[in-house]
Amino acid sequence: MPITRGFKGRGRAARDPRLPPGQYDARDDWPVLNAEITPTLDTARWTFAIEGLVANPTTWTWSELQALPHSTYEGDIHCVTTWSKLGTTFTGVSVDALLDIAQPLPSASHVMAFSHTGYTTNLPLADVTDGKAWVAWEVGGQPLPRDHGGPARLLVPHLYFWKSAKWVAGLQLLDHNEPGFWEQNGYHDRGDPWLEQRYQGD
Amino acid sequence: MIDRASPWQTATVVGIRPETHHAKSYRLRPARPTRHRAGQHYVVRLTAEDGYSASRSYSVASAPDDSGEFELTVERLDEGEVSTFLHDELLVGDEIEVRGPIGGFFVWDADSPALLIGGGSGIVPLMAMLRLARTAGRSDLVRLVVSARTPEDLYYGDELVGPETTLVFTRSARPDSVRAVGRLNAEDLATALRPDATVYICGSDPFCNAAGDLCVQLGVPTERIRVERFGPSG
Repeated sequence: MPITRGFKGRGRAARDPRLPPGQYDARDDWPVLNAEITPTLDTARWTFAIEGLVANPTTWTWSELQALPHSTYEGDIHCVTTWSKLGTTFTGVSVDALLDIAQPLPSASHVMAFSHTGYTTNLPLADVTDGKAWVAWEVGGQPLPRDHGGPARLLVPHLYFWKSAKWVAGLQLLDHNEPGFWEQNGYHDRGDPWLEQRYQGD
Repeated sequence: MIDRASPWQTATVVGIRPETHHAKSYRLRPARPTRHRAGQHYVVRLTAEDGYSASRSYSVASAPDDSGEFELTVERLDEGEVSTFLHDELLVGDEIEVRGPIGGFFVWDADSPALLIGGGSGIVPLMAMLRLARTAGRSDLVRLVVSARTPEDLYYGDELVGPETTLVFTRSARPDSVRAVGRLNAEDLATALRPDATVYICGSDPFCNAAGDLCVQLGVPTERIRVERFGPSG
């Protein structure tokens, strides 16, 4: 990388090893980044569906989802816009528990997560299985705020946070990769923060 | 949209201009220019001698053209390691790394009616759209409503003034201002809103939420509202 004349940088001494390259610690801030206006979703009518290449397509109501075994993620989240938030706690249900019910067909290789707003984001199936993904409705012991995707969002914390679809409405299982909203707009198909997969071509 | 292979490249600073006490515009000439679309952004990367680097995204303020150059407007945030360097250290003739242009959703190509609503530094990508409308002779398609705390906080000064624009001041206004001081309201937007317009909102998170709510109240379908939120990105 070419050196920028006069640039020394501030973040080095305090750099936390939990921060992936190019990220900074947002500490108490939790910036909001979404391309649509924040929807108001009533849990009385809210649903979450798994459809596509599954043996048992299933739609859960809010109370049905809450009745499943709860699961908690404790760790860090990383946004492509360069902030990270360390030591977060999210509670919801593991995507594994949902897929156990829906039963993916052997041909399923990818998922398209879709939101009640029409937002979409694509992921390899392997990135939402084996304890790597949740449908989360609590953060820090409190209900997930609307601005951050409440009543519930997808949580895939090992990838950049645009993959953790806010206001999630379901997962469609596919036998191929298909770019979602930001992916069609130049962002990376996978989005691993430790490999700095921010944009297509990274 | 960013090119699939769009790599980092060096850009030379060819001009620096203050917009307010806290904002400057930087005119950059990249080694391999690409024509941008109004609303897109670039990532700027700074690298220290020991290899430490920091990068942030900044919106393009200039209209797309064939000059081979573009302008970014950057607000100085006291805690921002990139914006303080750009404001306090960077000189004409220096080189920085850039990557872009990026973005394919919050863009406007002067081909359909648009209402642009900007708060504070959120004016920047909307200014590229206003400038495009004017250079393309399509000012009829665009209305810009911009909110600033005081006249001193308003970017782009007199260039903003025109039949396409409404200025909203929330703390203190110009002596000749017709509109009373106060937050953006439905009336500000109603007079600027065409029923067939796509709405582009850019600013802080609370500003975007407030402006979005006003648009919904005025009957704008949510799928015709596009939002770009400027968080703390210093």
